[in-house]
Amino acid sequence: MLLIFEQFLNGLQIGLLLFLLAAGLTLVFGIMDMVNLAHGSLYMMGAYFAAVFTEWTGSFFLGAALALPAGALLGIAVEVIALRTLYTRDHLDQVLATFGLILFFNELARLMFGAGGMTIQTPDWLQGQIMVLPGLPYPSYRFLIILVGLLCAAFLYVLVQRTRLGMLIRAGASNREMVGALGVNIKQLFTLVFGLGSALAALAGLMAGPVTTVQIGMGDNILILALVVIVIGGIGSLPGAFIAALAIGIIDTMGRAFLPNILGSFLSPSEASTLATALSSMLIYILMAAVLVLRPAGLFPAPGR
Amino acid sequence: MSSASHSSAAPTADSTRLSFIVGLVLLGFLGLIPILSVAFEDPFLLTLFTRIVIMAIAAVSLNLILGYGGMVSFGHAAYIGVGGYTVGILAFHGVHAAWIQWPLAVLISGIVAALIGLLSLRTKGIFFIMITLALSQLVYYLGNGAFAYGGDDGLNIMKRSDFGGLLNLDNRPTFYYLCWVILLATVFFVHRTVNSRFGMVLQGAKSNDRRMATIGFPVHRYQLTAFVLAGMICGLAGVLTATFTGFISPAMMHWSRSGDLIVMVVLGGMGSLFGPVFGTVAFLLLEEVLSSWTEYWKIVFGPLLVLVVLFARGGIDGAMVRGQAGTLLAGCAAFFLLYGIHTAYEDEWLIPTLILVAACALVWVAKWAVDRKKAASHD
Amino acid sequence: MRSVFKTFALLSTALIAMPFAAGDAAAQAAKKIKIGFVTTLSGPNAAYGRDMQNAFNLALDHLGKKMGGVPVEVIYEDDEQKPEVGKQKTEKLLQRDKVDFVAGYIWSNVLLASYKPVLDAETFLISTNAGPSQLAGEGCNPYFFAASWQNDQNHMAVGELLNQKGIKSLYMVAPNYAAGVDGTNGVKSLYKGQVIGQDMTKWPDQLDFSSEISKIRAAKPQAVYVFFPGRAGVQFFQQYSQAGLKKDIPVYSAFTIDAVTLKLQKDLVLDTYLTSTWGTDLPYAANQKFVTDYKKKYNETPAFYGAQSYDAANLIASAVAATKGNLKDKKAVGAALKAAKFDSVRGPFKFGHNNFPIQNVYQQEAYKVSDTEYDLRTVSTVLTAHTDPHAAKCKM
Repeated sequence: MLLIFEQFLNGLQIGLLLFLLAAGLTLVFGIMDMVNLAHGSLYMMGAYFAAVFTEWTGSFFLGAALALPAGALLGIAVEVIALRTLYTRDHLDQVLATFGLILFFNELARLMFGAGGMTIQTPDWLQGQIMVLPGLPYPSYRFLIILVGLLCAAFLYVLVQRTRLGMLIRAGASNREMVGALGVNIKQLFTLVFGLGSALAALAGLMAGPVTTVQIGMGDNILILALVVIVIGGIGSLPGAFIAALAIGIIDTMGRAFLPNILGSFLSPSEASTLATALSSMLIYILMAAVLVLRPAGLFPAPGR
Repeated sequence: MSSASHSSAAPTADSTRLSFIVGLVLLGFLGLIPILSVAFEDPFLLTLFTRIVIMAIAAVSLNLILGYGGMVSFGHAAYIGVGGYTVGILAFHGVHAAWIQWPLAVLISGIVAALIGLLSLRTKGIFFIMITLALSQLVYYLGNGAFAYGGDDGLNIMKRSDFGGLLNLDNRPTFYYLCWVILLATVFFVHRTVNSRFGMVLQGAKSNDRRMATIGFPVHRYQLTAFVLAGMICGLAGVLTATFTGFISPAMMHWSRSGDLIVMVVLGGMGSLFGPVFGTVAFLLLEEVLSSWTEYWKIVFGPLLVLVVLFARGGIDGAMVRGQAGTLLAGCAAFFLLYGIHTAYEDEWLIPTLILVAACALVWVAKWAVDRKKAASHD
Repeated sequence: MRSVFKTFALLSTALIAMPFAAGDAAAQAAKKIKIGFVTTLSGPNAAYGRDMQNAFNLALDHLGKKMGGVPVEVIYEDDEQKPEVGKQKTEKLLQRDKVDFVAGYIWSNVLLASYKPVLDAETFLISTNAGPSQLAGEGCNPYFFAASWQNDQNHMAVGELLNQKGIKSLYMVAPNYAAGVDGTNGVKSLYKGQVIGQDMTKWPDQLDFSSEISKIRAAKPQAVYVFFPGRAGVQFFQQYSQAGLKKDIPVYSAFTIDAVTLKLQKDLVLDTYLTSTWGTDLPYAANQKFVTDYKKKYNETPAFYGAQSYDAANLIASAVAATKGNLKDKKAVGAALKAAKFDSVRGPFKFGHNNFPIQNVYQQEAYKVSDTEYDLRTVSTVLTAHTDPHAAKCKM
C-alpha cells in the first residue's frame, strides 16, 4: 500500500515538472497561436544556467534564483529576434523554424558547456528524506519539487483568475483579434507571456537537473510529452494542462513501476521491462490520439474555441 | 536598384523549364555515381549516395502528400521503420527471398498508412500534425517494445535479401542502380499522378477542401488514397534502407527523423517535382561535408533552416523558378569548391579558402561597380 | 552572371589542381597503420570515452607512436552511445578511412550493431570494453577479440561473493540492454541464494531510479545488486542514499564504481562490495608504469576503461611486430593477436579459444585516501583464471 502511495508521489513529481513545461507552451499556443518546439531548448538552457550559476556561487538556491531571470531573458530574446515574424505564418512554418532552433540550441549548448553534460549539486540538507507518512520516508529533494510545482500551479491560478494580466491572457486565448481591437497592446502582452512561459520552462529544467543530470538534448523528449499534455488538456487551458500533466506523469510512473511485475509472471525480467516501458509510453500516445479523435479541442478547452 | 541585379521575378516559362532541366540533370548525375566512385577509388562516395537516393525516395513520397496535398505528416519516418522491420523480421525467421519480403513490406506499410490516415484525416491543421506525430510515436514505441527483435538496440540483418539469382544485391553498384531506378520510377509516378485528375483534386483540396467538397468530390477518400500511396512508397524506402545497412532499429522511426524528412522536402521546394530530390541531396551532402569539418555543424544548419523558412519559401526549386538560379548555382559552386579545397588540402585548407573568399569578394565588388556604372549611365 | 561563373570555374580548377600537381608524390608517401577507435565522446558518459582515448594515446606514446617500426594513426569517432550512430561511424572508418584495425566500443548494444561490417570486411575488431555473450559463444569469430572481458564474468564474481558473504535474499537492478541482461544472468548463474526481485531499467534514458528504489525498500532484501555503468552509477548511489537505504541494505555491484564515478560518488560508495578484473594496485610492472604515467600526463586516476584500451594498443602492437607489419596476411595477424605476447596491466594475459580473456576477477572496495580523494583497492581474488561461460558454445 505504501509502495503504491510512494509511486503515486513519484508520478506526481514528474507530472508537476511536466506541467511547468506545458504551462508555458499552452499559454504561447493559446494566445499567440504559435507552436514553439524550441520550448524544450529553454528547459535545457534553464538547467545549464542553473548548473553554471550554482558552480559560480556555490549555492543551489542562488544558482536557481539567477537561472530563472536568465531563462526568461533568453526566451524574450528568442521571441524578439526569431519568433516575432512567425506569428502570422502557418503552423508548418512555425514547426520547421522552431525545429531549426532546437538544432541551433543543442549545438550552442555543446559549444558553450561542452559535450559531457553537467551536474547540479544540491545542498546536503536536501539529500536526506522526510517522513511523508509514518513508515514512508521520501527523498527531500523530490518533495521540494512537488511543493514548488504546487506553489507554481497556485500562483498561476491566482495570476490567471484574479489579476488583470490573467484576464487579458484568458481573453487572448479565447479571441485574440478582439483583445487587440479593444486597445490592448498585444505585442507587449505576447512578450510578457512568452517571458513567463520561458521562466517556467527554465524552472522545470533546473529542478529536473539534479535528478536527471544536465545534458544536451534533454529538452527534446520531454517536449513531445509537453505537446501531448497541451493537446489532451486543451490548447490555451492551464487547468487542462495541469490535469493532463498529472495524469500522464502518474500513468507513466505507475505503468513503469507495476507493469513489469504483472508481465513478469510470464516473461523474463528483461522482456517484461522492455514491453512495460514501451506499453506505458504507448498508453500516453493512445490517450492523445483518442482525445484528438473524440474531443479535438481537448478535455478542458478554453471557452470560445 | 536597377533591373540588372537579381530580382525575385515571377516565374516564367523559362525559369520553370530551367528547374525541370536541372532536376533531370541531377537525376542523370546520380546515375553516374558508381562510375565516379570507381574513378576516384572512393567506395564511400557510393555508400553516401546510396543513402541519399534512398532518402530521396522517402522525400518524394512525403512531397506527394505534404507538397501537393497539403497534409503535414510529422510521422512519415514510421513507414521507413515498418518497411525495414518487415524485412528484418522475415530475415530473422529465415525468409530471405526478396520476392516475398519486399511486396509484403510495401503492403504492410500501406495498411499502417491506411490506419493512421483514417484516424488522422479526421483532423486538420496543427491537430493533424500532432496526431500523425502521436501515431508514429506509437509505432516507434512498438518497435522499442519488440524485445524479440532487439527492442531499441535494433536488429542485425545477417544475410542480405536476394531475388533468387535475378539480381545480385550484394553487388554495391547493382544495388545502387536498383535504388536509382526506383527513384526515377517514383518521380515519374508522382509526376503522372499529380497531373492526373486525381492529382488535381488533391491539389484543389490543398488550397480549399470545402470548395472541392462542394463541387462534389469525396475529398477524404482522395486524401486517404494519397496518404496510403505515400506510405507504401516510403515503406519501400524502408526496405531499401534495411537491406542496404543490414540493420534496423526504432531510432529510424523517431519523430526527429520525420522532422528531417520534412526539412528535406521544404528545403528542396514543396509541391515541386524535383524539389524533394534537391532537398535530400542538399541536406545529406551538407550534413556529411559540414560534419567532417566541425562537430558543431548543426549550429549553422539550424539557423539556415530558420532563414529558409522565413525568407526562401519554395526552397531550392522556388529559387530557381523565381529567377534566382544564378545565386543558387553560385552558392553550390562555392560550396563544392570549399569541399574540394578541404579534401585536397586537408589541414592546410585555410590559405586556399582565404584566396577563394578574396577572389569572390573581388568579383562581387567588380560586378557591383559595373552595375553602378550601368545604372548611372542609364539615368 | 555568366562572367561570374567563368571566373569561378577557372579559379576552382586552378585551386583544386594545384595540390594534385604538387603533392601527388607526397600524398602517396608514408605507409601508416590506421586504427579506428569508436567510443562515446559526447553526452553524460563522455568522460569514459576520454578515459579510453587518453589511455590509448598514452600507450602510443610509450610505443613511440609506432608499431613494428611503422607510424600509427588513430582516428577517434563518437558513437553518441547510440547503436545506429556507432554503426554508421564504424562503416565510415572502414570505407572512408580504410582502417587496418577497429577498436573501442564501451557499450554492448553499440558493438552488436556495429561488428558485422567489420568482420565481413575481414578487418580485426578489438573490443576495449564491451564483451557481449553473443560474440563469445555461437557468434565467435576469428576477427573479433575482446581485450577487456566477457560481460558475465564480473557479475559471476558478484554471485560468488554474495555466497561467500552468506547473503540469502537478493534484489537486482540493472539496465535493460545486452550487457544488463548478461550481467543479471551472470549473477544468477553462480548465486545460490534467492532472487526476490529483479528490475530492468530503461537504458540509457532512465537516470531516475525512484521507482526501483521504492520497490527495494518494500521488498526488504538482505542485499542489493546493481549494474549501472557510467553516469547512471552516480545517480543510483545518490538516490539510494537519499532514500535512506544505504545503511540498511548493502550494495554489491560491478562496473558501477570506477575512478571517474568515484569522484562524484565519494562517501556514498564506502562499505559497498564490487568486483573488477583490474585495479590500480595490481603489482605488475606494466600496470605501475601505466598508472604512474597516466596520472602524470592527465592529472587523473585511470579507470578500467582506460586500462583495457592501453592493453588493446599493446596487443595490436605485438601482433604488428610479430608479423613485421605485413598486415595483408590476416591469418598470421590473427594468430599473433591470439598469442597475446604483450605485457598486460593485468599481469599474465591469455585468450581463451573464443578470443575472450581467461583472467582473475577480484573483489575491490572504495576507500578514502584523503578528505577529497577516493580510490579503489583490491581485497581478494574471487575467481581465478576464469573462463567465460559461453566459451563452450564457440565452435572455433
